[in-house]
Formats: sequence, C-alpha cells, structure tokens
Amino acid sequence: MSNTAKFLEMGYAILIFVAIVGVILFIANRFSGRKGDRAVASAFLAPTLIVLSVGLVYPGLRTVYESFFDAAGKAFIGLDNYSTIFTDSDEITVLRNTVVWVLITPFFATGIGLLYAILVDKARLESFAKALIFLPMAISFVGASIIWKFIYEYRPEQSGIKQIGLLNQVVVWLGGSPQQWLLNKPWNNVFLIVIMIWIQAGFAMTVLSAAIKAIPEDIVEAARLDGVKAWGMFRFVTVPSIRPALVVVLTTIGIATLKVFDIVRTVTGGQFGTSVVANEFYSQSFRADNQGLGAALAVLLFLLVIPIVLYNIRQLRASEGR
Amino acid sequence: MTSSSIPLPLTKQPVAATVSVAAGRAKKRLTSPWASLFAVVLAILWTLPTFGLALSSLRPERAIKTSGWWTFFSNPQVTLDNYRAALSSDGGGLSSYFVNSFVITIPAVIIPVCLASLAAYAFAWIDFKGRNLLFVAVFALQIIPIQVTLIPLLSLYVKAGLAGSFWTIWLSHSTFALPLAIFLLHNFMKEIPRELIEAARMDGAGHVQIFFRVLMPLMTPALAAFGIFQFLWVWNDLLVALTFAGGTPEVAPLTVGIANLSGTRGTAWHLLSAGAFISIVIPLTVFLALQRFFVRGLLAGGLKG
Repeated sequence: MSNTAKFLEMGYAILIFVAIVGVILFIANRFSGRKGDRAVASAFLAPTLIVLSVGLVYPGLRTVYESFFDAAGKAFIGLDNYSTIFTDSDEITVLRNTVVWVLITPFFATGIGLLYAILVDKARLESFAKALIFLPMAISFVGASIIWKFIYEYRPEQSGIKQIGLLNQVVVWLGGSPQQWLLNKPWNNVFLIVIMIWIQAGFAMTVLSAAIKAIPEDIVEAARLDGVKAWGMFRFVTVPSIRPALVVVLTTIGIATLKVFDIVRTVTGGQFGTSVVANEFYSQSFRADNQGLGAALAVLLFLLVIPIVLYNIRQLRASEGR
Repeated sequence: MTSSSIPLPLTKQPVAATVSVAAGRAKKRLTSPWASLFAVVLAILWTLPTFGLALSSLRPERAIKTSGWWTFFSNPQVTLDNYRAALSSDGGGLSSYFVNSFVITIPAVIIPVCLASLAAYAFAWIDFKGRNLLFVAVFALQIIPIQVTLIPLLSLYVKAGLAGSFWTIWLSHSTFALPLAIFLLHNFMKEIPRELIEAARMDGAGHVQIFFRVLMPLMTPALAAFGIFQFLWVWNDLLVALTFAGGTPEVAPLTVGIANLSGTRGTAWHLLSAGAFISIVIPLTVFLALQRFFVRGLLAGGLKG
C-alpha cells in the first residue's frame, strides 16, 4: 500500500466515525426537556457500551473459557493449564521472575522519585531538573530497551578490542573484566528491571512532587518551630502527608510492572531465564501456538492485578475516612 | 509510559494553589551541598544512557563498532548516514513504519476522545436510572489487562474480514482507552458548576447544545491532557501492534519495526541507534511542547473521584 493510500484510508476512517457521531447528535437533538433525558443518555452511551461489550467484556470472558481447554482449543482439560503454570520448571522461573520484578520495581522507582522530588523541590532550575528525570516517560519501552541494550553491550576481553557498552567500559576502567550482563542468570533479570525503574522513576517523581507541594505550610512551619530536623521532617511530616499519593504511585507502578512485555521481548526475547508472565503469554499464544496455556497466563495476569487494586482502594478509603 | 490505567486520586487540595512560601524556607534545610551533589548525580545517571545512544547515532558506522561513544570527544566525527540507512529500504527500512505510526495514532486518539466525551457527559449531567451502577461498571473495566482480550479479539477481526488492516489497531486502541478516558473526562465535567448547566437548560438549550456551547470550550485542557496521554500510549505501544498488525511494513508501526531490527540485526548499532531516535523524536516533541497538560492530566484524575 502506498503512503497516499494509507493516509486516504485514515481520512476515510475518521470521516466514517464523524458521520456516526453526527447521526448520534442529530438523534439526541430531537429529544428535549427532562423527559427526553433517557433517550439522550442512551444515544450518548450506545457507541461506548457496544464497543466495550464487544471489545473488552466478551473477549475477557472468552479467554477465561478458553483457559480450560488444550493447546488447540479443542478438548476440555479443566485446570490443567493452571497446574502447568505452577509445576512446569520453565513456568516456575517465569513466575519467580514476575514476583521479583513486582517486588523490586515499584519500591526503587518510587524511592528514587521521592528522593529526587525532595532534593530538587524549590531548588534553582527545578523544572529543568525534573524534565531530565521525566523524559524517559516519553520514550517507548522499545526505545528504552535499545538505549539500555547499548549500555550492556559486551565485547570479549582481547587486546585491540575496545568495549562499546558503557557499563563494561566502567568495569574495565575499574580493573575488572567485561561481563555478559544479559546472559548471566539470574542477575540478567536485575539488569532488565533497571530499565523499568529508569522509566517509572519520572512518573513517581512528578506525582509525588505535586503532593509535596500541596502539604499545607502551617504544618511544615509548626514542625520547624518544634525544632524538627531534615530527617524528622521527612519521616513525620512529608511521608505521612503524601501517603495517599505514595500508595497510588506504588500500586500504579506495580500494575504496570506486572504487565511488562516490551522490555523483556526486545532485550532478551524472554531467553536466558528472563521471561515474565506477560511475555510468556505472548510466546505461548503466538509462538508456541498453545492457546489454552496462553489464555491461562492472561487470566493469571488479571488475577494478580486484583489484589493490588483492592489494596489501593482500601488504602484510599482509609485515608479519606481520616 | 505506564501501561496501567489506574486513576490517580491524590490529595484533596487543588495541587497548584497551595504552593507555599514557608515550605520553601523549611525545605532549604534539606538542600545541603551533599543533597545537591546527589541530585546532580541522579540527573546525570538518568540522562547519560539516552545521550550515549543519541551521540552514537551521529557517528560513522565503523567508529560505533570499534570504540565507545565517550571517545567521540577526542576524535569527533559526525554523519547523518545512519539516519539515511535506517530509513532507506535496503537498510533498516523504517520509513514506511514511520508513516504507519502516524496513520495508526491519529484516529486512535480522535475516536476514543470523542466517544468518551459523549459518554462522560451522559454520566456527569444526564439523570437516568442505573447511572451510578453503569458508571462504576465502566470504571471497573480499567483493571482488565489487555492481554486477556487479544486472542478472542483477533478471531473476531478475522471473522469480520478486518485482519491485518489498520482497522484492527484503531478499534483495539479505542476500546482499551475508553474506560480511563470516560473516568478522567467525567471528573473534569463534574467540576463545572451546576448553575451553568441549569441556566442553559432554563434558556431552553438541549443536551446537544449544552455539550457543544457550554462544556466543550471549558474542556480543552482535559481533552488535551487525555489526548497527549493516548498519543504517547498508542505511538509507543508494541503489544497491540504486534498482535494485530504482524511484522510487515504494510501496517506495523515503528515500535514493531525497531523491535524486529533489534531481533534480526541486534549488533547493527548504527541502524538501531538512528532508528531508536527516529521513534523517540515525535513523542518527545509532543511531550515537551505539551508537558503542562500532560502533568495536569496525570494529577487531576481523582480530584473529585
């Protein structure tokens, strides 16, 4: 397809869509007064509800159903796919990696984001300093993966061969020998996690910085008059005041980490013991053609998100109640 | 980008309004020389990876492969050949992927923003039975990971004869965006004073007029915030594109093109570095130009959740 044809198709799609919205508005406009409210509401909500039921609710339920079937999606096998996830040694590595990702990423990203937000708060060039940390958020996971793969690049230790990856060069400068960071199990997982922390710290920093700026000045002033020092200020004023924001940031990053796929796929392809649930879902569904196991992994992902969301809701309820 | 879409109900205060003078004085105590040094170290650590690849993308292929980018300063050589090679069809072949990224992203932003505005208006300002229940249901759909929907959606597209076309990606991204979009826009719409809507109704305006004449002009920041969010999300997405577009330059976006390049030519750093920067430059520009709206969008999710 030529570029012109692609843009034409795009214009065509937008036109169709504008026409649909136009018809809806036209219909809605024919009803007036409080009695027409129901009709207007149905017209406004109809496209959304249709799209969501067909595109989200039905496929979700269908996947749950398919997770009870075999690789070809033909024979009912009960919970076998789920027991595979928890017994097969490869799948156990996948689960272990996912747990490690979710335990490490949110805390480091939030910790670094919080620290940086406090350090640059009210400093000179604050907005510039923040933009530096924030920028990775605009970069795709794929782009970030390429950036970091280059950092981890390995050249064998021979005379005449120079390192081109920054990390190995630093190791060589310090007198060590270069490492295959992305191949050596199990530490290669940590080098992948670093990429996610690098991306998410900016998100944490932005949200927490806004929360810090919203701390009422009289609280800070009162604590200062009581002689509270920097650490005490952090421990007893800053952290308790921004607790709701901290919970939201931790849980949001936790959920994003649970679904991480692009980084693992781009950097290692899930080889060398680095696969995680979201990547394994893709491999099983589209590479290994094991539809049933793929569906079960997707459902597992959903089940793992739920406790994080519930924790988030409970914490926010508690802080609102206070 | 975070792929999650959990709303961000933060503090109850309007965030910008309480920036305080006293807090500034209190924080000064933290800003010791060590603290400043530490902040600078963090900033350098965060910037260096991107800088290294950016610089490499401008060095000749031979130089990239035989020496680190930090040697650039003792032996500066600059070229745009890598970018030419990455875009041309006998090198990286990224130019058609680049076009696809635009063709995919524009409708995938416009469609959900419009649909969500209509739905958010209905939830915010029209009284009907079961409104709250329905709103909570739509809101709850946010927690469904998109992985759960992909395979059944793919077979639906095959049945509808859409497989392998842009339509699959437009429709999928629009669907996945709706719950968060409706939630965010609903919160913004609720902030508009009831008197304004009531007054318009007294004057005999119907919902369609109120929607266009009263709400739309006030909604620009919210629409911009969500628009940017969705733009970055769609432009940077890999999973949806990979699932529905496959790997061909016919419909697949840049992220897929670069991921493929990394898989097949993982050591061709002259192509990879230039390619990565071609994919980064558009979202980065959008992001820097409209950062204000984006940050507000991030923070405003739950001011009145």
